[in-house]
Amino acid sequence: MIPEIGHFALIVALCISIVQALVPLIGTYRKDGAWMAVARPAAQGQFVFVAIAFGCLAWSFVGNDFSVLNVASNSNSSLPVQYRFAATWGSHEGSLLLWVLMLTVWMLAVTVFSRHLPREMLARILSVMALISVGFLLFLLFTSNPFERLLPAAPDGRDLNPLLQDPGMVIHPPMLYMGYVGFSVAFAFSVAALLGGKLDAAWARWSRPWTTVAWAFLTVGICLGSGWAYYVLGWGGWWFWDPVENASFMPWLVGTALVHSLAVTEKRGGFKIWTVLLAIIAFSLSLLGTFLVRSGVLTSVHAFATDPARGIFILAFLAIVVGSSLALFAWRAPKVGLGGTFNLVSREAALLTNNVLLMAAAAVVLLGTLYPLFLDALGLGKLSVGTPWFEIMFPICMAPAVFLMGIGPIMRWKEAQLPDLASRLKWAFGVALVTGLLVPVVMGKWTWLISLGLFLAAWIVAAGFVNLYEQVARLRASGGSLPGRMRTLPRGYWGMLVAHFGVGVFIVGVTMVKGYETEKDVRMNVGDTVLVGGYQFQLEGLTQVQGPNYEATRGRIRVSRNGSEVTVLQPEKRFYSVQQMPMTEAAISPGLTRDLYVSLGEPVGEGAWVVRLYHKPFVDWIWGGGFLMALGGVIAITDRRYRLARREQSQPAAAAATA
Amino acid sequence: MKSRHKRLALVGTGLAILGVAAALILNAFQSNLVFFYTPSQIVAKEAPQARSFRVGGLVEQGSVQRQADGVTVRFVVTDTAHSIPVLYTGILPDLFKEGKGVVAQGQIGADGVFHAKEVLAKHDENYMPPEAADAVQRARKAMQESQKTLQEKK
Repeated sequence: MIPEIGHFALIVALCISIVQALVPLIGTYRKDGAWMAVARPAAQGQFVFVAIAFGCLAWSFVGNDFSVLNVASNSNSSLPVQYRFAATWGSHEGSLLLWVLMLTVWMLAVTVFSRHLPREMLARILSVMALISVGFLLFLLFTSNPFERLLPAAPDGRDLNPLLQDPGMVIHPPMLYMGYVGFSVAFAFSVAALLGGKLDAAWARWSRPWTTVAWAFLTVGICLGSGWAYYVLGWGGWWFWDPVENASFMPWLVGTALVHSLAVTEKRGGFKIWTVLLAIIAFSLSLLGTFLVRSGVLTSVHAFATDPARGIFILAFLAIVVGSSLALFAWRAPKVGLGGTFNLVSREAALLTNNVLLMAAAAVVLLGTLYPLFLDALGLGKLSVGTPWFEIMFPICMAPAVFLMGIGPIMRWKEAQLPDLASRLKWAFGVALVTGLLVPVVMGKWTWLISLGLFLAAWIVAAGFVNLYEQVARLRASGGSLPGRMRTLPRGYWGMLVAHFGVGVFIVGVTMVKGYETEKDVRMNVGDTVLVGGYQFQLEGLTQVQGPNYEATRGRIRVSRNGSEVTVLQPEKRFYSVQQMPMTEAAISPGLTRDLYVSLGEPVGEGAWVVRLYHKPFVDWIWGGGFLMALGGVIAITDRRYRLARREQSQPAAAAATA
Repeated sequence: MKSRHKRLALVGTGLAILGVAAALILNAFQSNLVFFYTPSQIVAKEAPQARSFRVGGLVEQGSVQRQADGVTVRFVVTDTAHSIPVLYTGILPDLFKEGKGVVAQGQIGADGVFHAKEVLAKHDENYMPPEAADAVQRARKAMQESQKTLQEKK
């Protein structure tokens, strides 16, 4: 019964979404307030019904209802309850349902937080989002129904892929989807602006926080995915330039460009057309990511579907969305206007360069991701693009952008003076240079890339401090204590500083790991000791362990340094009985300046095992940097001016209501 | 007039820089492509020497041998028509098994042994690396065709 309720709720949601897509939009042309007013309750109703459907599916998973095909294929009664819940989005159908749920959550958020928007604008935005929702609901109901029954019911389920049985898996997909789908809001704002032909600073101020939140979610989602790969796949890599990773990274790069371009549109009224185009591209890439990951074009842990009808449906949907929005863009963009002019040396120019470089980086990733797929689809042979392509080209695009990150924020709008900038930043430059040269000497190994990476990281942080110092000094005239003065600086400014520091922290992590990590695969007998990165690893023993749905061999490895014990690591080699699948569970001792990483390979006879021992300096800074960037975004959206704009708007409305 | 010349020169330089950059990028791209070859193609000497490529197929039954150091593994990849010996140092992916599909990336040595830098992991038991499946399929087709021509000759 419960699955049928869920199925029915989805159908109702589809009906509502069709109404929501058409009625308000037609209302904007008829200038009919009542028709436009349909948008808000429709969006809220849609959320309720999709949430019911999702709840029903989750209920079936948690309650072990193996008469539902989806549950029988992706869960098992011996699976712990939190993973049974997470298995709701562990399948193709469930993950799409999550996608739609996220979309309706964003819609709901728009109805709640955008009371100050002009009603035509709100109507258009919710209509556009509903159009997207119609596409995905149709896709769900016609090709990937999550509630399909299995009769007679299976006695037990086939279990969730062991790689997905992990706490990271519980939060990674929702976070990533919040980001992916969140760009639909920026997209809808842009399409609404194109339809209305009006794009001003107020528009930028409205759409900016939405974009920033979506971007922050995507950042966290990518970090979690990368962290998952690091500790679950058992071989200690944190980024593989795998098409699935690239699929989430491309919208992130374009989204980052969009966040910066919106800053110019809001503050200076510039880059208007460019901002709109970026919003369209960012969401198109989110859809492309969904297509790549969900259509079965790629084979990976993410690709469940091999049904070609699904791939064709998403591809057609992608073509419609991208094609129609670009056509609309070509038709209406001239109406939007270009915005103000600026000098070659100015903050606008710096941000434009940053945008171009970010787009170039996205193009590099896009080329490397799609080229093999195109060739394969055309039957021209199978090939892949080597990691070196990404690892050479990406830094070439990003290094200048990162260098500009130090200068841009202290530049003046419209026109800046180079000698003035040089004198303000000379100390920061000196500090960065010394760091870049000194640290490799201390660490005892030098390469160009290590120096460059450390230089850039120190440069961002030092330039950030110069920026902060100047801001505080500027406020000295107004008096007040130092913390007081710091508090008067806008949150948007703090958010920028924190996010940029995050980039610095991230670069430190990448540089140190790439430069100084030690990886060893060795044969170890019980009692053997191996030295890695200055740490002694001793295999003390191996025991058999019984888990809820697996059996495991657990190693005990004592790690010591200079005779004193550091930690005891217990890596496991698991065997999941239902799926008949072995899995490596690495043991990690995390630390601020290093991770120690141990995983079991396989038994090689006489009680010996092949063991993987890693020493990874500063690896946690990679994710720490990512989380700082996201935190910066969160701080930025709490800025007063967003709330202020809302109050200003709502006051006249309230006055009108009482009158 | 003068400022127009200046602008033209500026645009010209910009385009020239863009052209050079594009050429360099495409060149770098070309040299980073990793092609895929089946064991049959490698036996027929179609694969390049001194350049990384991928080989895919099935791990031949009973061919996996560990060297004395315990970390180096020798196995044979076959597309059922021809086979290639592979040498790999390191931990094999969890789902590496005799009789199952595998894809390895590396270079072919002068001794005809494929020195793998990477043996690709698959993510679940049912999934066969597409390259491996492709290799086996191609070999089967080739065999069927050769049998057909033999029969026709008869």
